[in-house]
Parts: sequence; structure tokens; C-alpha cells
Amino acid sequence: MAAEKAEMDKLKKECDALRTQIEAARKAVNDGSMSASAGGVAGLGRIQLKLRKNLKGHLAKIYAMHWSADSRQMVSASQDGKLLIWDTFTGNKLVAVPLKSAWVMSVAFAPSGNLVASGGLDNICTVYNIKAASPKTLRELDAHTGYLSCCRFLSDTEILTASGDTTCCLWDLETGKQKTVFTNHIGDCMSLALSPDMNTFISGACDSLAKLWDLREGACKQTFSGHTSDINAIAFFQNGHAIITGSDDCSCKMYDLRSDQEVITYQDPSLNAGVTSVALSNSGRLIFAGYDDFNCHIWDSLKGEKIGVLSGHDNRVSCTGVPNDGMGVCTGSWDSFLKLWN
Amino acid sequence: MTISTVGKGDWHREQMACFRKMEKVTVAMQDPDMGMKMRNQRLLITVIPHAMTGRDIIDWLIQKYNICDEEALHLGDMLVRYGYIYPLKEPRCLVLQPDECPYRFQTPYFWTSTRWPASELDYAIYLAKKNIRKQGELMDYEKERYSVLNKRINHTWDFVVMQAREQLRASKQRRKADRIVLECQEQAYWLINRPPPGAHNVLDMGLERPNTFSSRVPLNQNSDYYKKEIETCRRALGRNRVKSSICLEGFVKYSEQYQNHDPIMQGCLPSNPWISDDTAHWTMNAQVVPTPTRLRVERWSFSFMELLSDPMGRQEFMTYLEKEFSAENLCFWQACEDIKHGENSKIGEKVEDVYKTFLAPGAVRWVNIDSKTMDKTLEGIKEPHHFVMDDAQMHIYFLMKKDSYPRYLKSDLYKNMLAKAVVPQETKKSVFPFMRRQRHSSPSPAQAVAVATEDDGRIKQAGQAGTNSVAGSQV
Repeated sequence: MAAEKAEMDKLKKECDALRTQIEAARKAVNDGSMSASAGGVAGLGRIQLKLRKNLKGHLAKIYAMHWSADSRQMVSASQDGKLLIWDTFTGNKLVAVPLKSAWVMSVAFAPSGNLVASGGLDNICTVYNIKAASPKTLRELDAHTGYLSCCRFLSDTEILTASGDTTCCLWDLETGKQKTVFTNHIGDCMSLALSPDMNTFISGACDSLAKLWDLREGACKQTFSGHTSDINAIAFFQNGHAIITGSDDCSCKMYDLRSDQEVITYQDPSLNAGVTSVALSNSGRLIFAGYDDFNCHIWDSLKGEKIGVLSGHDNRVSCTGVPNDGMGVCTGSWDSFLKLWN
Repeated sequence: MTISTVGKGDWHREQMACFRKMEKVTVAMQDPDMGMKMRNQRLLITVIPHAMTGRDIIDWLIQKYNICDEEALHLGDMLVRYGYIYPLKEPRCLVLQPDECPYRFQTPYFWTSTRWPASELDYAIYLAKKNIRKQGELMDYEKERYSVLNKRINHTWDFVVMQAREQLRASKQRRKADRIVLECQEQAYWLINRPPPGAHNVLDMGLERPNTFSSRVPLNQNSDYYKKEIETCRRALGRNRVKSSICLEGFVKYSEQYQNHDPIMQGCLPSNPWISDDTAHWTMNAQVVPTPTRLRVERWSFSFMELLSDPMGRQEFMTYLEKEFSAENLCFWQACEDIKHGENSKIGEKVEDVYKTFLAPGAVRWVNIDSKTMDKTLEGIKEPHHFVMDDAQMHIYFLMKKDSYPRYLKSDLYKNMLAKAVVPQETKKSVFPFMRRQRHSSPSPAQAVAVATEDDGRIKQAGQAGTNSVAGSQV
């Protein structure tokens, strides 16, 4: 027993030493701050977006939404046990997918527009073919031992999932089997995002860390710390060189991948509610962050200032998303409505 | 009064931050000088003091916060739904009616945040009182809950009944008006904290995320975990790090470059479909169009990835490469993408195809890869998998990026495309001629106040136009 403990202590010491070295290496390249670099950039003043559409149809809390690649269709998931696929322009509901389990927490649209996936407390990621006459279950991906918090398609044949069992997983949809399991987090994985070049992805978890993974190697390449509570939301900056995280500690942070460190924190003493979701406008200049205080606040990503707010929901904003063409932003809430703003 | 939870590291996170704000508003409404004018309401033969109508509430909110009618209605409605104001006429309908319906302020004793969460014991006493007062006054769902509570806290049931009787006795001593008021307040409180089945439960905090972090950590930290951690850390330590200043400049540049291409910031031509209800923009920017828009062609020059990810851009680039007799590079790259993201079952035959077409000696469309990469790839082909072509693909990608791509941007083909690219005409919304700044987001009402002093009439009309357009697009 004593020998085991001694070995563990030695390993722990080595680990801590490595972490200290990493911090030192990060400090060594830290020769500038965002405020310095963005000093010459003109401020944006106050941004006011108008409500353009109010999509009514769900009967219970909306937990997740995802835009289709065509920037016009969108899928939303609610704990009334349904996925609804909307034509956001007309406001029509195109398809309703009834779910086996109403406790859904995540939904995703495949880039092809043929498939949608959802999952939640049932620990299963179910993939549906929505182009069939009536929505058909294509696959039930059942291997996680914890709830499904997030899922994203790479293509019609591959999907990534994040789970409360602390792992993320890449699945092969042809066989329905796990291709790669990404283990390194020590807390529930809450959210994931795919890089623009699809070679890597990032995950945020309840251990307050954000991690970058290589899809090919199946390993964690970088770890980012700094948050003091669960990371609920994560997104890539458009050029793929930075990530934005949103956390229960009421702040959002930007981490730069190339210099391997935190760049700026978006927080405000008047904001005392956790962040549930993040999305960026197409230039990356605006960050839309959904909070528990029923609002979606708008941040200037370069100046670090809060420059606007989207108010109108009667309950927590649970999900936000900007379509590929950047025409606006959609917020979904526990008040069962989806709102489109620009 | 706030509802807070102690998070990790001992800081307080407000669960329902809005409650503090709502309390501030209701306190301001009751201010003796600047607050609302109270009236007496007649309820049959009893006179209830300190009441106000729904219309009063809305007017006061409009005046105090300088907001429009719709927003005031929404705000007032929230105050009712969260129990800070309750209706006198139809107590079970927790909605703000913008008319002569009477409302009263909830006493701080019964504020949602004061006693949260509502206790089972208190609920039992409340139901007991109702039961004793008028036999059978309990609604069906209340009867059900009453019997459930009876079973669950049976050990304190004597206390419950005794308390109920005591409270009823005390209330009989009060004046009728006070008694009615207290009953209304208590009823309103319980309608929020124990809503009838089917009613929206505004206090629902959702699935409690089990805070397993603290319990999991000790379990995981055995020597295996540390060994893996060390490996991960070593790998992370060895990575190349770029100077912060360079990276940050990159973000600033990107953001500036794409600002014109960001519809939320700069608007979009001919118009944003969500605003104008005109799908022209989507039609003009479809995957394949005879003439692309100027912004789209401009984006091709921002980065090689932009060019390749646009099907039209890729097509144009292919045409250019064909002229230069190097189209096999792009074909090879596309074939590799297909292997990387395509079906597992077809990998074998796809890799075989790619080898025959692009890599074999004397192949029809032979690509120029350095010998080291070629050897590695040929070795990998023996056991094909999704990423077997990665190195070769990367080599060809950089070849195109460094060589062909810059020359393409300087070529006549690209320049002509840019010249004949379409700059759509901005469609004017003909309805309200004074609603300028079509492409941009509307100005903040706070700013409108400053301008109002200059030109009251114009702003009023513009404000109404704004309201109308919002109402018009609601589904």
C-alpha cells in the first residue's frame, strides 16, 4: 500500500511539474494583450437587434436547436418529446419527429440536410432520416453510460457525441459502432464544436476545462483552464484559431489555439447568471451568449465589452445559433419559443 | 432578497437573478411620490384599498422606463406571472389584462424569493385551512395533493391541523377587508409555487445537474490516470506556440476583413430576407448561379479554404488549373476528402482507385509528391483506412495553396469573374418612406429619447412603424 502511494505521489509530482512547464511556455509567448491589439479598432457603440420571428409550436422547454447548412431550415428539441424542423422564413413546421424519450438535451442537423440526431437522459444518440415519407429512425447509438449533452454530424456517415459519462465519441453511422472514444475529461462533457477544417474538435466539461482533440489521433492535444465552474457552451472562432467558452461562473472566455492560452474574459459585475450557450456572428466580432437571466447578451469579441442584449424570453435562454449565411441569430428558451433576431 | 446557490469555490450564483430586478420595479411602483396612483376597488360589497388597474400598470411602466406599449405589457405580465402582482377579479388567471381589471401588489412576506423553496409543511397547512373553512372547497388536484401530503408527513399531521385551526381563528379576528386581502395574497402565492397541473410552472429550475465533480475526482486519480495525464501533458508541452501578438492581430484582421460580409453588422444586399420578406438574397447566393455576387467572389481571395469550400469557387479554380495542366492536384485533393469522410465500406475500393489514377508509376493523372511522403503513403495503402491519404493530401494542398492559388487570384479568369460579379440593388421598403437605414439594425430607444427632443413627431411615427413590423412578422 505504501509503495503504491509513493508511486502515485511521484507521478502526481511529475504531472504537476509538467503543468508548471506548460504554463511557463505559455507565458513565454505572451507578448501582447487583446486590448493592445484591438486598440486601433473602432468601437461598435450599442447594438440593437430586432425580433423578426417568434416561432411557436413547442409545448414545453426548448433545450437545443441547430441550423441546417442551407441557413433556412432549423431543428429544435423540446421536452414535450418532439423534434420540430422549421422553415424559419415562412415559420412553417416542416417535419415533427416524435421521440422515444422526452428527456432530450441535444439536437443536430447533418450538413447534407438528410439526417437529424438527438439524445438526452436516455444516454442514446438517435439518428433520424427526415427525407423519408415519415421520419425513420436510422440508428440508435447506444454505448454511452451517461446522458448525451451534445452531438454534431461530420457527414452522413460520421457523428460526434459528448456525454455526461465524461467521454466524447466518434461514431460510424454505417455500422452504428463507436470509432474512437475520447477520454480525458474528469467531469461531465457538456458541449462540443467541430473545427472549420473538420480535423479537430473542442469540448467543454463540468471539470471547468476546455480541450482540443485530434480526430485522427483520438487524443487530447491542448487543455485550457481558467473557468471556475462547469463549461456549458463552446464554439470555434470562424478562422479556426480560437475558441469561445461559456460557463456557469457567469463569464465567457476566448482561448487562442496557436499561442495556447486564454486571451480575454467576457464578464460584467451586473451579470450574475450562468451562460448556457454561445454563438458568433460571421465576422467573429459579435458573440451572442445566452444566460440564465432570460436574456441573450451581445459581446464585442475584440473589445471585450457588452454592447447589446436580446430580451424577450420569459425564461432561461437555453440555446443560440447563427446560420452559415450569418443573416441573424436564433435564441431558444425554456419558455417554449424560438426567436429570430437581426 | 435573492435566491442564490453556493457554487464551487464558495461564490454565490443567483439562480433567479430576475427576482431582484422585479422586486426593485414593484418597490418603485409603490413609491409614495413617484409610484402608482392607487384606487379603491369594489369587490361586490367590500372595498379593497390600494389596488390598481391593468391599464394603470402599463401606463406607469411606459412612463417610467420610456418603453413602448408592447414591452410594458410584456414586463407587467412577467410581474404577474412571477407573483409580484396578483389579479383580483380572476385569481387563477395569472395574466396582465391591459384594461380596467384590478390588481394588487403581493406583500413581501409572500414574495417568491422570500420563502423559496416553498415548504411542504406550509402547503399542507394552507390546504388544511381551505378544507376546514369550507368543506369541499378544495379543487380536485388540491384534494389529491392533500391526501398525498397526509400520507407523506403523517407524523406531523396533528401539528398541521392545529396550525390551520389557529390561523383560521386569528383571521376571524380581522376586519373583513383585511381577511379577504390576506386570503388573496396567500392564494396567489400558492398558485405560483404549487401550480395546478397543466399550468406553466415558472419556478421549474430544470434537471438538477448532479454535482458529481467532487465525488468523481478521487475515484479517477489512480496511477493509470496520472500516467495518461503525463503523456497528454508531455505532448501538449512539445507543441509549437505562436506569439500572442501575432495571433491577436490575426483575429483583428479577420474580423475587419469579414465585417462587410457579416449581415448582422453591415446588413446585406439586396435585403435581409427576414426583414424584407424577400428571398432574393438566397436566390442570388444559391450554390450554383450564372453570375455570383461580388461579395462572394471577393471571399475567394480571403483564403484558399474559402475558395475550396464554395462549390462555384472550386469549379472556377478547376477551370483555371485545367488551363495550366495541373487539374490532377485538385482532383486528387477531392478524392482524398471523399476517402476521409465517406463510407467505411467503400474505403478499400476508393483507395485502390486513387492509387491507380494518381499515385501509381505512369498513372494517368499522376500527382507530384515528394518521395518520403510517397513511400509512407504506399506503405499505408496496404492497410487502407480513413486517414491513409492525409499526408499526401496535405502535401498537394500546400502545393496548390502556395503556387496555383496566388496565380489564380492574379489571373484574368478571376479578375473577369470579379468584374462581372453582381452587386445587387438594395430593395427599398416602400411602406414607410422615413424608415431609412434599411440595412442596419434599428437604433436603441434610449438614443431615440435624445433625438426626440429635436423631432418628436418623426420619432413617434418611426416607433410605431417599428412596432408594426415586429407584430407583422410574428408567426
